[in-house]
Amino acid sequence: MAVEPTVTASAGPEHAAAPSVDAIALDRLVRNYGERAALRQVSFRVTRGTTLAVFGPNGAGKTTLLRMLATLLVPHQGELSVFGHPLPREAYLVRPLVGLLAHEPLLYHDLSARENLDFYARLYGVEAAHARIAYLLEVTGMTARADEPVRNLSRGMAQRIAICRAVLHAPDLLLLDEPRAHLDPEAAAMAEPLIGAHTGITRVLVTHEIEHGLAEADQVLGLRDGTVLIDSPAGQIDARQVRALYGARS
Amino acid sequence: MRAIAAIARKDLLVELRTKESVPAMALFAVTTFVIFHFGLDRDRLEGELAAGVLWVTLLFAAILGINRLFVAEREQGGFDGILMAPIERTSLLIAKAGALIVYLVALELIALPVFALFFIDQGFWDAVPRLAAVILLADLGLAVVGAMLASIAVHTRARDLLLPILLLPLTVPVVIAAAAATKPLLSVPLETSGVAKWVAVLALYDLVFGLLAYAVFDFLMED
Repeated sequence: MAVEPTVTASAGPEHAAAPSVDAIALDRLVRNYGERAALRQVSFRVTRGTTLAVFGPNGAGKTTLLRMLATLLVPHQGELSVFGHPLPREAYLVRPLVGLLAHEPLLYHDLSARENLDFYARLYGVEAAHARIAYLLEVTGMTARADEPVRNLSRGMAQRIAICRAVLHAPDLLLLDEPRAHLDPEAAAMAEPLIGAHTGITRVLVTHEIEHGLAEADQVLGLRDGTVLIDSPAGQIDARQVRALYGARS
Repeated sequence: MRAIAAIARKDLLVELRTKESVPAMALFAVTTFVIFHFGLDRDRLEGELAAGVLWVTLLFAAILGINRLFVAEREQGGFDGILMAPIERTSLLIAKAGALIVYLVALELIALPVFALFFIDQGFWDAVPRLAAVILLADLGLAVVGAMLASIAVHTRARDLLLPILLLPLTVPVVIAAAAATKPLLSVPLETSGVAKWVAVLALYDLVFGLLAYAVFDFLMED
């Protein structure tokens, strides 16, 4: 049984999430790509320690939303704050608090899993990085393949390493874009202690697995064409209503 | 410093594994010397012609390395990983420029002996200490400007075309100053007059473009 080492990143106390504010607050947020609006007047709030499940068809604005929360895109209008820090003005305070598991694993193919994690640990200033990396590799069942180049790993194994990368610095907010993609049931179960609902970490979960997403969510956001159609506590919404998001587009 | 070291270390490790940049740059330089050797139909060069052949070859070989500077970030998504990290964005510029300097020095360690073998009759090795100072200053300028422009070009579809178009005009002063500083060093007999002035021009270029790149890089990395 792997024992989780205490994680300290060199972010400093000013980077800590303020305890009494919403984890995420969006107010009439707009984001465009050229002439096309990716997000239109999007507003919602997420309480600390809860899970927001985001549903919507392709092109609804889910990935754009995640990238804005990850400080990779800036809003064109409206207000966005993460743990009370307005973005993009205080992006430098938000970055240590956020972990992103995206479509791409963000791993260098010519480096081994361990070298990739070591690289990111150095960027985040993770102390006792070797112990932390060893723990994460053990939890995800990747210790035996940790020294092979990532290009030799299957997509599912790369996804497990990407999960390790996303939680390496013990973030307070996890942005998860289809986190179970490419994972077999056993691997998905292994990842649960790191990114699952019981971690106590604030999570934004983008998924097309409606039943699974609803089961994990405290709050549900439904997007279509960049517009919020559902913003509701998870207990007040059912799979049929979510499925309606994926119907014929306007 | 932590982030600069981490990114530069990662880049050098990837290059050691893949051997994609330095061998291509070296092969290009050696092939170009062979072409000049037969194209000019000369066994020996000196003065400004020797300096011109050397610096044109090194510049075009450098472009190969600069073009590949952000390939791993572009193709493997590492850009997002680095941009999300709690580090100064300029760490990326400094690390990439540092890695490029290492590539250029490795290139020159191969290219200079070949250049001497093909074109220089005598006195080349006496000029090497002064030539090394000129080369290092030119490398610094090429690395800073190259890293800055590569970070712009990598986000465009026509990056392979865009980079030389942006880079060549901006590096004209480097080539002029480096060639002018190299000319007396490759003259027979060896001269040293005039070298200091062009070395100062190179140092000034490095300072100006170093400060410029440092000032604008954050904006270039913005969404």
